Amino acid sequence: MSNNQTVSFEHTIPDNLKGLVADWSSDVQTFRVRWSKAMMWIFLVSDTFIFGSFLCAYMAVRLTTIEPWPPTSEVFALHVGGADVPLLLIAIMTFILISSSGTMAMAVTSGYKKQRKKTAFLILLTALGGLAFVGMQMFEWSKLIFEEGIRPWGNPFGAAQFGGFFFMITGFHGLHVSIGVVYLAIVAKRVWDGRYDKLNDYQMVEVAGLYWHFVDLVWIFIFAFFYLW
Amino acid sequence: MEEQKHFKHPSFYPGDAPETEHPFSLYISVWILLFVLSAFSYAVDLAEIQGYLRWFLVTVFAFLKAGLVVGVFMHMAWERMAFLYAIMLPPLFLLALIGILAVDGAFVYYIRDLFMPLVG
Repeated sequence: MSNNQTVSFEHTIPDNLKGLVADWSSDVQTFRVRWSKAMMWIFLVSDTFIFGSFLCAYMAVRLTTIEPWPPTSEVFALHVGGADVPLLLIAIMTFILISSSGTMAMAVTSGYKKQRKKTAFLILLTALGGLAFVGMQMFEWSKLIFEEGIRPWGNPFGAAQFGGFFFMITGFHGLHVSIGVVYLAIVAKRVWDGRYDKLNDYQMVEVAGLYWHFVDLVWIFIFAFFYLW
Repeated sequence: MEEQKHFKHPSFYPGDAPETEHPFSLYISVWILLFVLSAFSYAVDLAEIQGYLRWFLVTVFAFLKAGLVVGVFMHMAWERMAFLYAIMLPPLFLLALIGILAVDGAFVYYIRDLFMPLVG
């Protein structure tokens, strides 16, 4: 039976450009999710490899430096009330990013319940969290550049490669957060305008949420491997 | 027309099915759990734990947090297996890269440690 079907299938679809299009557009679906979600996930997998390569390169360089690696918990300390609190700013940034991930998860749920205003509000709150994160990162960068004298090619604390990896990895992550803020602002506007109510479909909120959670996910690993290791 | 009906059935996209809508309380508990795990990683630094124990703890907490974010916040726990494996397996190739670079890195360090003091 199935053999017969295969034969007839091969005979009805020609092996030329037309056939190529037919093959690719035939009603075969592997992933039972919508294209928007599948494509965002596939993009995130590719992004995983970018950040993964950065962190692997960082590991490879850190393994090979003869000079000691700068003591991150002292380099990133914040001077509060006459004492240096190690990694304080990073802890606050982590707190903000995790919170923004939480509000985004709630926005997705509100979206599926088709609560227009609540969804828009929660997405906007998430974007504001992202904005606060980028602002603190700017503060951190200017402190390291102007006060501590850290450069991509050297620094007073130890191995010269530290600055290059720090600026590349956190810079690329910060770029993702900044793009995410713009992306979320656009989605919030569209939710507020009732675009997804008209479509009767809030899937795009979930897709935007995937991107935002990924940004949080990357930060978890940067926090662990760059700041704490 | 039969075909059309089949494709539009809500269960065709499990991600949209009502049973995958979760109460806020689930997200809030995961949120709190993420804070607690972050606090643990931070505590490792404050307690000045060093060496293998530090690396082990920091890595374990990071992967636990990552699992919570991917599984619950990104809904991967409720996706079908075909999709889950297609997305989650490819990044495992990074483990091969890590392994190769670790071996190579140890060798490069050994060589530099031998010769760089001679070169000055």
